[in-house]
Amino acid sequence: MTIAAFFFYLFSAVAVASAVMVISSRNPVHSVLFLILCFFNAAGLFILLGAEFLAMILVVVYVGAVAVLFLFVVMMLDVDFVELRQGMLGYLPIGGTIGLVLLVELALALGTWAFAPGGVSIAAPAATGVSNTQSLGLLLYTQYIYYFQAAGLVLLVAMVGAIVLTLRHKVGVKRQNIADQVARSPATAIEIRQVKPGQGI
Amino acid sequence: MAIGLSHYLTVAAILFTIGIFGIFLNRKNVIVILMSIELMLLAVNINLVAFSAFLGDLVGQIFALLVLTVAAGEAAIGLAILVTYFRNRGSIAVEDINLMKG
Repeated sequence: MTIAAFFFYLFSAVAVASAVMVISSRNPVHSVLFLILCFFNAAGLFILLGAEFLAMILVVVYVGAVAVLFLFVVMMLDVDFVELRQGMLGYLPIGGTIGLVLLVELALALGTWAFAPGGVSIAAPAATGVSNTQSLGLLLYTQYIYYFQAAGLVLLVAMVGAIVLTLRHKVGVKRQNIADQVARSPATAIEIRQVKPGQGI
Repeated sequence: MAIGLSHYLTVAAILFTIGIFGIFLNRKNVIVILMSIELMLLAVNINLVAFSAFLGDLVGQIFALLVLTVAAGEAAIGLAILVTYFRNRGSIAVEDINLMKG
């Protein structure tokens, strides 16, 4: 067995095992941590496939942003997770049946599937002599620039949506009102009084 | 035995099935359902990158990048809705989500 095969089996076994732990773990914090482990191993699989850039992006985006977001929400919400697990075994037969049927279907589709002879047309062949990151950039910023911009727009909408959903203004908290500050003039801001000598105001 | 395309497709299929199974198993817990959806998107990404690598076609990796973006946005919006819902109702059980009035 070669080194690459050994690492493929290692990464995929750990990824599948941690995915099972994600859905069956008793504590949601453990679920999130197993999710992080699963993403790390998937990044390892990506490196084995020669997609270094996507592997690094997977670690940065999923482990650095999404998983931490999950962890934050799980720890912030005061939820009784034991109560949520009630009746979990009741869903086991139907869930197991559907999962098994789906797996058999996928296995049947994969087992008999093959590329049509001459039917594969390569849209963007990988450039030779440059790294994976560079060739991705050469393609992404030229031919697929509109998709790239659309992805940025999706992220912007997601960001605005998340802020709109979760931001709330508490009453009784003093806030800076920039329009009021800018609209002030000397006439409204100061008041001149004549003070007689020897007396206070 | 060399590692071929079918090995990666098998791993992705298993991960996808685990994701589906997780949705059924944790019918009450929205957080674990969201994590299962992330697992399914990861399986799709593995499929895309595997095809991209074995065909020598970079478009698969570009598409995986876009899937990654959508997955990040989906997680952010889903968790924001979850937080808002928890503030309003004090629970995140799926059975309680039966009215859409604000």
